[in-house]
Amino acid sequence: MTRSSFMTRKELIGFLILAAVIFLLLPAMLDSFRLNLFGKYLTYAFVAVGLALCWGAGGILSLGQGVFFGLGGYCMAMFLKLEASTPENTAIQSTPGIPDFMDWNQLTELPVWWQPFYSLPLALLAVLAVPVVFAFIIGFAMFTRRVGGVYFAIITQAFAAILTILIIGQQGYTGGVNGITDLRTLLGWDIRTDEAKTTLYFVNGVLLFAVLLIAQYVRKSKLGRLLIAMRDQEDRVRFSGYNVANFKIFIFCLGAAFAGIGGAMFTLQVGFMSPTLVGIVPSIEMVIFCAVGGRLSILGAVYGALLVNWAKTSFSEAFPELWLLGLGGLFIAVVMFFPNGLAGVWSEQIEPRLTKLSKRSDTATPKRAAERAPAE
Amino acid sequence: MSEQMIIEVEDLTVSFDGFKAVDALNLYFEKNACHVIIGPNGAGKTTVLDLICGRTKATGGSVKFKNKELLSMREDQIVLAGVGRKFQTPSVYEDLTVSENLELSYPKGHSVFGALIFRRDDPVQTRIQEIAETIFLEDLLDEKAAFLSHGQKQWLEIGMLLIQDPELLMLDEPVAGMSVAERKKTAELLNRIIQDRSVIVIEHDMGFVADIATRVTVLHQGKTLSEGSMERVQNDPKVVEVYLGH
Amino acid sequence: MFADYSWPELGAIFAMQGFAGLILFSVFVLMALGLAIIFGQMGVINMAHGEFMILGAYVTYLLSNLFADYVPALFSMYFFVAMFLAFIASGALGLFVEWALIRHLYKRPLDTLLATWGLSLILQQVYRSVFGAREVGVSIPDWMMGSLPLTDLIEIPINGIFVMVLAVSISLGVYIMMFRSNWGKQVRAINQNRVMAGAVGINTEWTDRLTFGIGCGVAGVAGSAFTMIGSTGPTAGQLYIVDTFLVVVFGGAASLLGTIASAFSISQAQSIMEFFLSGSMAKVLTLLVVVGILMIRPQGLFAMKLRK
Repeated sequence: MTRSSFMTRKELIGFLILAAVIFLLLPAMLDSFRLNLFGKYLTYAFVAVGLALCWGAGGILSLGQGVFFGLGGYCMAMFLKLEASTPENTAIQSTPGIPDFMDWNQLTELPVWWQPFYSLPLALLAVLAVPVVFAFIIGFAMFTRRVGGVYFAIITQAFAAILTILIIGQQGYTGGVNGITDLRTLLGWDIRTDEAKTTLYFVNGVLLFAVLLIAQYVRKSKLGRLLIAMRDQEDRVRFSGYNVANFKIFIFCLGAAFAGIGGAMFTLQVGFMSPTLVGIVPSIEMVIFCAVGGRLSILGAVYGALLVNWAKTSFSEAFPELWLLGLGGLFIAVVMFFPNGLAGVWSEQIEPRLTKLSKRSDTATPKRAAERAPAE
Repeated sequence: MSEQMIIEVEDLTVSFDGFKAVDALNLYFEKNACHVIIGPNGAGKTTVLDLICGRTKATGGSVKFKNKELLSMREDQIVLAGVGRKFQTPSVYEDLTVSENLELSYPKGHSVFGALIFRRDDPVQTRIQEIAETIFLEDLLDEKAAFLSHGQKQWLEIGMLLIQDPELLMLDEPVAGMSVAERKKTAELLNRIIQDRSVIVIEHDMGFVADIATRVTVLHQGKTLSEGSMERVQNDPKVVEVYLGH
Repeated sequence: MFADYSWPELGAIFAMQGFAGLILFSVFVLMALGLAIIFGQMGVINMAHGEFMILGAYVTYLLSNLFADYVPALFSMYFFVAMFLAFIASGALGLFVEWALIRHLYKRPLDTLLATWGLSLILQQVYRSVFGAREVGVSIPDWMMGSLPLTDLIEIPINGIFVMVLAVSISLGVYIMMFRSNWGKQVRAINQNRVMAGAVGINTEWTDRLTFGIGCGVAGVAGSAFTMIGSTGPTAGQLYIVDTFLVVVFGGAASLLGTIASAFSISQAQSIMEFFLSGSMAKVLTLLVVVGILMIRPQGLFAMKLRK
């Protein structure tokens, strides 16, 4: 009955392999342009890890993760935009010193709620706090009234639609459909150069591992087991003396926080934030990252985010019309044939064969074999 | 009078779109007794338990547990106040092991933060071991609950209640769907655990009822039809007509 | 904001916006009916519902071209043929999708949602490949053009009236099917107790398939009606899916009458607000109010209280 409470040996190997892929393999294989792309994919992985907890473990499917990704991203973008909009840079505007899109929309001063974003600490706080507070409000309203399942999915999707319409409609305050663009420096450090983007890739990797370790801790705590219990027998958990709503709110907020971090890193890595990352379509695509990786596996979620996005980029370059067919097929295939995603294929198909193989000849190192796995 | 009573149900009513499943019901359950509720299907037996533990919201009336009103409390608060409930169909966490199932019912770490820092330390281990022995599952602690037999799942759920150590235990048909051998073992188990506890049981098996009951209530159409010792109830002509006669 | 207008003007605004709201209401009802049948009776979330509508719209577009080219004499009547064929086409696709996809996922509603989303992406791409990415419009027969002047301030477009009439008649049709036909009785029986319905000899599998097919067919008719007031593009269906779901959920999933009532209140609120606020803010406010009410009353406007 005794076992390592935080990480089994197998899980540790999984973490190390992922670290090797992110910190050694990809940087060694890719040029700086491609590495920057993978940096972008990594920011989606934050969302996917949060979904693995909410949806995979807790059974709460949110179709509105783009909202939290966007809120985090916009908080970061607002700070960067203010830094870029110095009176010198914006001297040609009729009101110098405010973001260009405000000037185009005849605003003559900075709105009050933009003011805090002059400060980096406040902006960073907002990156976490705004998504979490928003998730708390939604979660509190819905979970204490026992709304779950498809209703919750639809309502979160409605929020994704609402926020998109709001951002596009209020272009004087938000930059509208173009989003917040032309971001330049972070405390004077130019984020547009190749070196900066490579650095940001590694920052992304480190932050992602921090998030993964938090997720691993939660999964392995009693709270993690409670989530699974709630997914299967919500009533029994309630009648074991737990306030089920609180646990759901917590995990939903945690997922929102992860998504917020991802969004902020997206803004830094890619250099803009726009409503196209907030709406219904990106939100549901984030779910497929998680589903492809294996909804129960936090490491799988990372591979899922990387693979699906890599496929998306490659396909849309080569055969743009095929990509939607492929993505649609992926949704159906994952649900119908691989409900546990790559992680499931790995643990049900590949791993047993490997064990058989390694029993026959001990030469096959688990590491090389495992690296192959996610690509299958 | 209310000193010896663990549950006082007064004027309890619930209606579903006009249909009164429980109708102005009065019931009193004594401390440290095993109280069995019997009655034909649809008499409102399970609904009464649902009302006491907060699963169904009452339309009117009051349910007092040690003089505390339960009707205004949430399910988990009722559980933490000391009322444990076993469902008719065994409900255990199939994806978790037997020991994890028991651990989740251990009365510690029930807040979000508490659950995050909960450690399975020695007292918890010992207690899980102890309960597992009581419910005949000490050899299956690391087995997933999905692989247990129907009877073993029933025992596991009883074990999950025991580890909570509730003052009042409510069991809905604990021997339903069990083999003869399992039934005997369960009777033995129940007889052991009801020693120093207040218990409410719903059961159809009259032999089993005679075995465990200190007091019997017969429900019919949401109202009390008869009440008293097993002997008295069995000889009540009204009861024979609507229930036992069939 | 009212101060800028005189009383007769305000009256006319409310009347015109109210009428615009009625058209929006008809659209919502047409879209939501099919969804309400499928979601309310089967608990299945069909994210591809919009694409089934668009199929009906494309069928109508094809027929309008066919009639114009080959039988121009009958052109004024093509729409009725188109509506029928739209029902058949979307319904047949619905039957196939139920058989190939949905029936495997009845116990996993969230997965159905994802799979049908995948289906919607595939259909969108198919439409784009076949009909092109540009929006297409149908030629409206002469008798549907123009508008009726009610007073010198208020004018009512005829195609709008036509869509409203359609919405009312299709709702009536669905209502009669649901509560008068044998199929309707079986659907309601299955909805209440699937195992028992199967035990008394209802072919639950076939009834499910038929229900899904009919829901999709109604969506096709909705799409067909749509062409009378707007153009059709491959992704047009997706624009409405959230509104449609909210209409159904807001009405209380199990109630057709609730769906109609909620379609009415949402469309009226949105179109009257639209005059005073920008279109996007009106939409945001409407959606927020609906979502807010759903948070307070998750079971929707009309819901039955059942014994668990």
